[in-house]
Amino acid sequence: MRIAVLSGKGGTGKTFISVNLAATAPASVYIDCDVEEPNGHLFYKPQNVVSERIAVKIPQVDSALCKGCRTCVNFCKFNALAYAVNKVIVFDEVCHSCGGCQLLCPQKAIAEKEKEIGRIERGLSGNVRVVTGMLNVGEASGVPVIKKLLHNSRLEKEDMIIDCPPGSACTVMESIKEADYCILVAEPTIFGVHNLNMVYELVKLFQKPFGVVLNKYLEEDNPAEVFCQKNQINILEKIPFDMELGTLNSNGQIAVRADSKYKSLFQDLWCTVRKEACDETASHT
Amino acid sequence: MKIVIPVDNNSMDTTVCISFGRAPYFLIYETETEEKSFINNSAAASQGGAGIKAAQSIVDSGAEAIITPRCGENAAEVIKAAGIIMYRTINNSIQDNLQALKEGRLTLLDEIHAGFHQRGGNS
Repeated sequence: MRIAVLSGKGGTGKTFISVNLAATAPASVYIDCDVEEPNGHLFYKPQNVVSERIAVKIPQVDSALCKGCRTCVNFCKFNALAYAVNKVIVFDEVCHSCGGCQLLCPQKAIAEKEKEIGRIERGLSGNVRVVTGMLNVGEASGVPVIKKLLHNSRLEKEDMIIDCPPGSACTVMESIKEADYCILVAEPTIFGVHNLNMVYELVKLFQKPFGVVLNKYLEEDNPAEVFCQKNQINILEKIPFDMELGTLNSNGQIAVRADSKYKSLFQDLWCTVRKEACDETASHT
Repeated sequence: MKIVIPVDNNSMDTTVCISFGRAPYFLIYETETEEKSFINNSAAASQGGAGIKAAQSIVDSGAEAIITPRCGENAAEVIKAAGIIMYRTINNSIQDNLQALKEGRLTLLDEIHAGFHQRGGNS
């Protein structure tokens, strides 16, 4: 089963929930898709790390063959190519590596060169296989790294926890595309509700079964809880606002491995999520 | 000499547009004949790479100089490759800038910014 954890903004607790949930499962794969600033590995401190380079293809024009027909320039929807004084100029960071320019060039003047944009690191931490995507600083899009991270996800036997990037843009869509179930993490603030609404719209659009975890929960008015009640959204768990949790987290410790109290909290969440996800799968078949 | 200015509207009483890549129109001015025409900037609606596309249409127009308040680095790369001179505007008045060009009072635009890329801003 593939479970994606997302939220409309950073700092809500996606990594906290993902890391602890994966550590609770008997055997699991934790996949950090927050490739711009992956931090799950800081908690797991995985062993035997193996690194893989991720590269994309960028067009390379042979000016001796180019006749200046501009088929490539006119085709590129991202405006990654320009033509000035008998020469095609390629803007690597604007290119989305679709390969269309190469396919369409009537002179076969375009080849592809590889450009490294990041890497994937795989390691082990107890019962968890830790897979981290890392995008190089300055790169425009993490989508190619996320695609690679999730490429063989259908073949995985263990349960997968996908730690998504914040927000609701392309990288998040790519991260939840193959998910069977989505956990939306929400903060008890008005701003938190605004962000929750964005990911709520997204999972509805993708027709994913989902539920909400109310993080930093206090026994007072909770706008996120009100939002869930109003929209009849299933609340999976309320995780209390707790200094001890905060301290464990900021020391890079995994709460469920440090304290049995949190272990039982996440075991409950794990059971709820599995049950919810299974029911959804059953009702869809 | 054919020069180009990014402008807010397609008439001579308009003002210089603060943005280059996303300017709605470009004024094309022929210094010898004082002939004026406007082209629609089709790049203004692009999701990305607006500066590159705008620069491309300026290169295609056969311009030899541009007068603009600022320019992003991708657009500048295309413009420089085509050997087009870039002048900095003195204010947002079309007439003032054309007059300054005629009198040789314009300075070259040499600060190229990294591009605003959907962050907007008027600074």
